[in-house]
Amino acid sequence: MSFAFYLISAISVAGGLAAVLLKNTVHCALALTVVFAGLALLFLQLDAQFAGFAQILVYIGAVAILVVFAILLTKGSETPKDGVFSKTWLAGLAVAAAVFAVFGWTVLQSGAVLPHQTATPQVTVAQIGTALMGRYVLPLEIVALLLTAALIGAVIIAMHEKPENNEEEVAK
Amino acid sequence: MTPLTGYLMVAALLFSIGLAGALTRRNAILVLIGIELMLNAANLNLIAFWRYGPHPEALTGMMFAIFSIAVAAAEAAVGLGLVIQIHRHAHTTDLDQMNRMKG
Amino acid sequence: MIEQSIPFTSQEVASTAAQLLWLIPAVPILAAGIISLLKQPMRKLSATFAIGSLGFSLLLSLFAFAHVVTGWMHGLAVRETVNFTWIQVGNSAVELGWVLDPLSAIMLVMVTFVGLLIFIYSTGYMAHDENFTRFFCFLSLFAGAMLGVVISNSLLLLFMCWELVGLTSYLLIGFWYQKPSAAAAAKKAFLTTRVGDVFFLLGIVWLFAQTGTLLFYSGGDGSMEQSALAGLLAHPAAFGLTAAGAIGLLIFAGAAGKSGQLPLHVWLPDAMEGPTPVSALIHAATMVAAGVYLIARVYPLMQAGALAGGSTTALTVVTWVGASTAVFAALIAVAQNDIKRILAYSTVSQLGYMMAGLGMGGVAVGMFHLITHAFFKALLFMGAGSVIHGCHEEQDIRKMGGLKSDMPLTFATYGIGMLALSGFPLLFSGFWSKDGILEAAQHWSVARTPFYMLAFGALLTAFYMTRQVSYVFLGHWRGHGQAHESPKVMTWPLVILAIFAILLGVIGTPIWPWFQSFLSGQGASFSFASLTEPALWILWGTSAAVFIVGLSVGLSLYGGRSPKATQPDVLESAAPLPWRWLHDRLYVDELYGVTVIAFYAWAGRAADWFDRRVWGGAVSSVAWAFRGWAGLNRFLDTYWVDGSFDKGCEEIATSGGLLARIQTGRVQTYLRILAGAVVILTVILIWSSRA
Repeated sequence: MSFAFYLISAISVAGGLAAVLLKNTVHCALALTVVFAGLALLFLQLDAQFAGFAQILVYIGAVAILVVFAILLTKGSETPKDGVFSKTWLAGLAVAAAVFAVFGWTVLQSGAVLPHQTATPQVTVAQIGTALMGRYVLPLEIVALLLTAALIGAVIIAMHEKPENNEEEVAK
Repeated sequence: MTPLTGYLMVAALLFSIGLAGALTRRNAILVLIGIELMLNAANLNLIAFWRYGPHPEALTGMMFAIFSIAVAAAEAAVGLGLVIQIHRHAHTTDLDQMNRMKG
Repeated sequence: MIEQSIPFTSQEVASTAAQLLWLIPAVPILAAGIISLLKQPMRKLSATFAIGSLGFSLLLSLFAFAHVVTGWMHGLAVRETVNFTWIQVGNSAVELGWVLDPLSAIMLVMVTFVGLLIFIYSTGYMAHDENFTRFFCFLSLFAGAMLGVVISNSLLLLFMCWELVGLTSYLLIGFWYQKPSAAAAAKKAFLTTRVGDVFFLLGIVWLFAQTGTLLFYSGGDGSMEQSALAGLLAHPAAFGLTAAGAIGLLIFAGAAGKSGQLPLHVWLPDAMEGPTPVSALIHAATMVAAGVYLIARVYPLMQAGALAGGSTTALTVVTWVGASTAVFAALIAVAQNDIKRILAYSTVSQLGYMMAGLGMGGVAVGMFHLITHAFFKALLFMGAGSVIHGCHEEQDIRKMGGLKSDMPLTFATYGIGMLALSGFPLLFSGFWSKDGILEAAQHWSVARTPFYMLAFGALLTAFYMTRQVSYVFLGHWRGHGQAHESPKVMTWPLVILAIFAILLGVIGTPIWPWFQSFLSGQGASFSFASLTEPALWILWGTSAAVFIVGLSVGLSLYGGRSPKATQPDVLESAAPLPWRWLHDRLYVDELYGVTVIAFYAWAGRAADWFDRRVWGGAVSSVAWAFRGWAGLNRFLDTYWVDGSFDKGCEEIATSGGLLARIQTGRVQTYLRILAGAVVILTVILIWSSRA
């Protein structure tokens, strides 16, 4: 395990912790961005260059911005009076801890089965494009459809509602 | 510890952190942030398995991860739109106070 | 000396008289039924029915009597019976029937004749009473029942009519039922005679069980006939008696109740609460005589087993009871101040004479005194009624006096009755009948004491009757207002009875013992032979002496004076303590009150306690157990069943409430549950795949 891996992992985990622990929501969003970046680096280290760059483009470029927009639109920058954590945060923490315990145990237990190291795969964008248009054309189309629907849906959901006509008449 | 195990552990850790955040934070957006973390952790898992799996030339793992990213983006958009709409109605994003569906 | 009864010949086919005999009691009973349906104001109609029916019965009785007499004159001893089966049970049957023989014929004529006179008298006596109709209804019913007793050939039929007679006596004694003393007297009469009737019924049942028949005469099979009596004699009972003797004593107990013999006499003086015609008819002439008649009827049974000239245990008992009663009642009569009460005790005393006569001398002796007594006692009672009526309903003799001038006809007839009762020698019937009894007592084989007792009783009789007559008729008037003579409808019957009181003696003298021979079926001869016996003259002398002594002592003590009610009686001043005892009736009633009645009261209370505590307690405890059971059920139901049910429902509600808490409505809760479930599922999967 190289030093880079540990460093990037540490940064990602730290960012993740920051994302869930910080009081200011905007700081949380920025920490999330750090996590996204760290993860992109990890992807690069795993020779999944396209995935890494896609990660940066989509997640950092779109999702993080989206999150910040939402925070700003919902006055999330204000610090709530009662505290940021739920009253029953311990139960949530316990569940998460249990989940991590199971995952960790599973991973560590089955480590012996997996191969140690394989050869570095050479993945070109042309191969990815061929695969997208060939083997994965159906998921591609469906994802396109999904994105369209999400686009329209998000617009409709977040749209301001017009006041009703009868409300105006009653007010008169 | 093989590299794969390392990556898997990191992914597991991130997933748990994201889950903890989603389960404990009050703000709805923070829950979505937690969900994004979880999705990212899953992506990392996919890529790690693709890299150290038997057939990396099949690109299965990478494709999966790419589609996952796309779907996550769409989901984040819709989810945040919902949060904004909820905020308009309830004038708060505090999840503790949203219990109209309680029994 | 007891007569030997000559067997009667029974005819094959009953004559017309015997066939129609049942009408004699039936018609008055029918009249009673009709009168009971009439309305109160229909007085003339009810009296007509009553008197008419009894007149019809009288005519029929005379017809029957004539038939028997003609038979007797031809030398036939007549005893005709008409029997029929009433109830058939398997092989045994209960038969009833009636009999026409000299005994019943004589009695029929006496009862109907005296009864008719008293009925006529009553129309005058009860004229001012508003319950006139009811009175005649009861009188007719009584007459019918009494006549039923007389003609009965079956002990069962006799008993039924006997009870009916007792019932009508109760109704008539308590006629003025609004008076508490009258109601109490009626009850007392009924209960006292009931005591006797219990023994009577026992005797009947025993007789039926022993002989299989209750008929008196039934062509050789009757209970008074040879074969049955022989069977009864063969059976020994308790105390050295045979069955015949025991049954005889039981039947005598019934007669003692009805005829007021010594222990059961207490009801007769109290029965004077009834109207005077009732006293005259029932308690002088007829009902009380029923007991004597009964003994005469069952005489073969009483006499069964007697040796020639001897007596049986039953007859000895009858004699002693009769003699004791005669003296006892005569003593009490001396110290009474109520005109009717003196006559009542006199009746008790004379009934004792009759019983003694039956016991010592036989049927004819007792019956002769019964017949004569009926006439002069009815006369005396009716005379007393006339006096009471004339003195404006006064009954205390100390408040009367001097009535011989105000009520001459009553005085004359009353005097005749008094002399007959006292036994004025030779001229009056009472002398002859009482003499017959004294003669029998003189020759009694068992003891001489009854003779002396009866003689003493005769002395007392003369004495108290003189006292009464002196108080009532002699001296001067001590009452209020003006005494007046009674109307003709009341005085004519007195005259008729007075004539008979004199003349009846003729048929029973030793010179011409028509009565005695008629009853026994022998021929009667007019003979002076008996006059030669010195014993007869001694007897006559004794009777005359007794009469004179009694009369003179009475006149000397009471003749000239007229003490007021406030002054003590002459004898009272002389011997206050004995007078007090006699005046208080020798405390028999008080004795009963302390013993029998107190026992009854105690028994009643004990039975009531038992009923309330034991039976009532049992019932209450059952009820209580049920209530407890119901209460327990309710308790169980409320706390157990309901409780458990309610508890169950509460649990469900609570658990529902608890379960509902899962639905917090918060997303994060659902997420946590999801994550937790995934963890658990994963673990299970891994473990199961591993195992």
